[in-house]
Amino acid sequence: MSGNPSSPITDFSTATWFRRGVRAAFSLPLLMLVAAHVGFAGLAREAGLTLTQIVFATGIVWALPANVVLVGAIIGGAGLPAAAFAVALSSIRLTPMVVALVPEMRGSRTRTWVLYLLSHFVAVTSWVIAMQAIRGVPREMRTAWYAGLGGTLVLVNMIAVAVAFALAGDLPPLASAALLLLTPIYFLTSLWSSARERAGYVAMVLGLAFGPLFHLWTPGFDLLAAGLVGGFGAFGYHLASRRWGAT
Amino acid sequence: MTFFGNDAWWWPYLFILVAGWLATDVWRFLGVFIGGRVSEDSDAMVLVRTIATALVAAVIANLIVFPGGVLADTPMALRVGAAVAGFAAYLALRHSMLAGIIAAEAVLIAGMLIGQT
Repeated sequence: MSGNPSSPITDFSTATWFRRGVRAAFSLPLLMLVAAHVGFAGLAREAGLTLTQIVFATGIVWALPANVVLVGAIIGGAGLPAAAFAVALSSIRLTPMVVALVPEMRGSRTRTWVLYLLSHFVAVTSWVIAMQAIRGVPREMRTAWYAGLGGTLVLVNMIAVAVAFALAGDLPPLASAALLLLTPIYFLTSLWSSARERAGYVAMVLGLAFGPLFHLWTPGFDLLAAGLVGGFGAFGYHLASRRWGAT
Repeated sequence: MTFFGNDAWWWPYLFILVAGWLATDVWRFLGVFIGGRVSEDSDAMVLVRTIATALVAAVIANLIVFPGGVLADTPMALRVGAAVAGFAAYLALRHSMLAGIIAAEAVLIAGMLIGQT
């Protein structure tokens, strides 16, 4: 960096791309994520958590399914090890998501600790937005862009959870049910949009089918089992279709 | 060792840190560790993406088939029907997420209103 005459310009465009990341956060997915967090705030309030505890959990865990599992474990009176194990199982899916995102985010000068820091922002929403849009961001600006995107998503949802907890007027059942349906429909459509190859669609269909089946067969390991079986099944399709396509 | 089993002010935060943050971020950090060593277009990355996709899809299906809260009181056929309608609208209207949500919510609310009367 020292003596590089272009560094002020680089700094300026880093800030620009950070701001573009912030702007990319304000989207329909954010609106739906906020709605899902409003539902989560109601769930956590009923479980007996305080306002600060819920806001803290929202920011520090930052994966809605993990937070829902955590609150579920608290409601069920689980001990710390059992709660941690349940949450860990629900969060394994974050590893392949981060593995997929990191090579796209890493520039030639990216420091590894920056990637570790930014990985905290990875959850379905920021991952889907990033997988759709990050190839339109210059490679050296991708970490700045993702910091703006992820930081904004976390902050807005921490505020949303606080406001929802404070208002927390009991919703009528119809509104409450509509709110709860928002999360799966949002995940359903956004996941389809983020597929990179045909095998992604196959993986999604298999996951949808195997999720409930494994929930009945192997409760507690349902997500892991459905992910592995569906993932390997779709990968088999990927290999087979390439072989047929090549010959 | 339960969440409400200790009166110290810091205990709930420690509980959230260990059972929430540690149990979640350890997988993200592992992802960064692995991710630095793999090319994004390799077969291994395709496999990793299909596993991640299938896992999230399983979460989606379970939220619809085995929901919590008020949604658990609705018939499963209504929830699945709402999801199918939403996804069909999303596909039909040029992958419009908003169309999918409106269609799914309309089916759910209509079904619940009809069920009440």
